This record gives sequence, structure tokens and C-alpha cells, in this order.
Amino acid sequence: MTGPTVEDLALQKMRECPQAVALGMETVSWEGPAATLRVPYKPQLVGDPDTGVIAGGVVTTLLDHACGQAVMAALGAPAPIATLDLRIDYMRAAEPGLDVFARAHCYKLTRSIAFVRATAYDRDHDDPVATAQAAFMLTGPVEAPLAEGAS
Amino acid sequence: MTPAEQLDATLARIPYARFLGVRGELAGDEMTLIMPFSPHLIGNIVLPAIHGGVLGAFLEMTALAQLSIAQGLTRQPRPIDVTVEYLRSGRPIESYARAQIKRLGRRVANVHVEAWQEARSRPIAALHGHFHVSPSDASG
Repeated sequence: MTGPTVEDLALQKMRECPQAVALGMETVSWEGPAATLRVPYKPQLVGDPDTGVIAGGVVTTLLDHACGQAVMAALGAPAPIATLDLRIDYMRAAEPGLDVFARAHCYKLTRSIAFVRATAYDRDHDDPVATAQAAFMLTGPVEAPLAEGAS
Repeated sequence: MTPAEQLDATLARIPYARFLGVRGELAGDEMTLIMPFSPHLIGNIVLPAIHGGVLGAFLEMTALAQLSIAQGLTRQPRPIDVTVEYLRSGRPIESYARAQIKRLGRRVANVHVEAWQEARSRPIAALHGHFHVSPSDASG
């Protein structure tokens, strides 16, 4: 019998994260040092009542969370991390009624820092709503690597 | 309506502001946004700590509200880019944020925001960013 994969643990962490649950956040895919997450469109997340556009803050939280998951995916094991900074460029308003996705890629890991880039989009990854760049501090020991996920 | 009532009305009309539970206080032209603690704001249940994204969202909302006040609460500003710096973990207590408009141009504004909890001198997070202050499709 094999133990839980790092992806299983990441999904469990998401279910245990009250803010992720409140937003209805879900993991869409998880591959290598990258993770894709989704927030479903909900009326209570609208930031501009005149247009129905989802709040920028929701996109911020989705990007932050996706970046954190990408770090965990890159480490191959759960580890305590803290966001140092998060830079977001807003390309356009998200289309009202559409779910928002974020794909994050941890492109560099040092012993103490993880660097991540992410893109938020609704219809098409190549037509982003926002892009992000984040740095995370690895604040504690990385747990022993887990069994490889079946992929 | 007084500016304070207008601020309350604006925040009450934004569904996401209600989702976070954010309210505002105005003393002259100095505005403070207040985010009372609520369990659904937690990102890390072990510490526990407020979700970093929620803090970013709270700071951004403060910048937008301050810009709305500066413009007489008529137009809704839009973010162009923001950088959020995380200084301390957000504890499960009430948070406050104040914004400073560093430059208000005709089209773009530069805003700095700081959030704190127990002490103003110990900020938990800061934001600096650029915002569109006039609608891009405005005529004239």
C-alpha cells in the first residue's frame, strides 16, 4: 500500500484552508513544479457591481495560493513557506460569469527561497487577466520526499 | 450624504467587500479600512494566519477606496500593477489599513498602503501600486 502523494496532501491542505473553501477554490492540475487552480464565478465575489466583474482581490488570492502550491509541487513535499512579496500586473478585467484559473510555475528553488511566476486567465491562458511574480521563504525543514504521484 | 456615509454606501454595494467584511472610517480626508477577524479569512490553520491573498486584497481595496475619496467617489479606479510585501503574519484579530496617494495624475495614480494589527509601527503588509483613475473608454 502506498502512502499519500504530495498532491494528495496539497489537496487536503486546500480543503483545510478556510479561505480556499470560502472561495470555492479547486486544484485543476498538478504537474512537476507547476500547479493550476480555479475559482468559480460567484456573485458574492464581484468587485464592481455595475459590470459584474470579479474583484481583483479574488485574483490576488488565487494567484498567491497557486504560487504556494507550485512551491510545494517543486519541493515534492509539504514545507512551511511564507510569502515575501507578490507582484501582480493586471492585463484586463475578467469576463463576468466565467471561472478564473491560475497556473503557477516554481522556476527556481534555492535552499531558503522559491521563485514563482503565475498567470491568471478565464478563457485562454494566452490571453491573461493578470500575471504575477512571487518570492517565498522556506521557513522550516522540508518533510521527507513522498512517493511519486502516479502520472 | 457625508463623505463617511458615501464611503459606507460604496463598500456596502461591493459584494467582495461584504465577503471580506471590510468597513471604513473617515476622519477628514484620512481614511482607515477595518477588516474584523472572521474564520473564513484564515489561510493557514496551523499558525493560524490570515491568507496572504486576503491581506493583498484588503490593501488593494484600501488603495481603491482612498482614490475614490480623492476623486469625490465618482469613478471606480482600476489597478494596473501592485506589489505586496509581507512583513509579519496576519494574526486572527482585527486588521487596519491606510493609503497614501503619492501622485495623482490625470490618468494614473501611485498609491502606497500599509496594514497593521496591534501597532501602527509594526505593519503586517504593505502595497505599492499604480491605478487607472479615469475610464479607458471615456470620451472627451
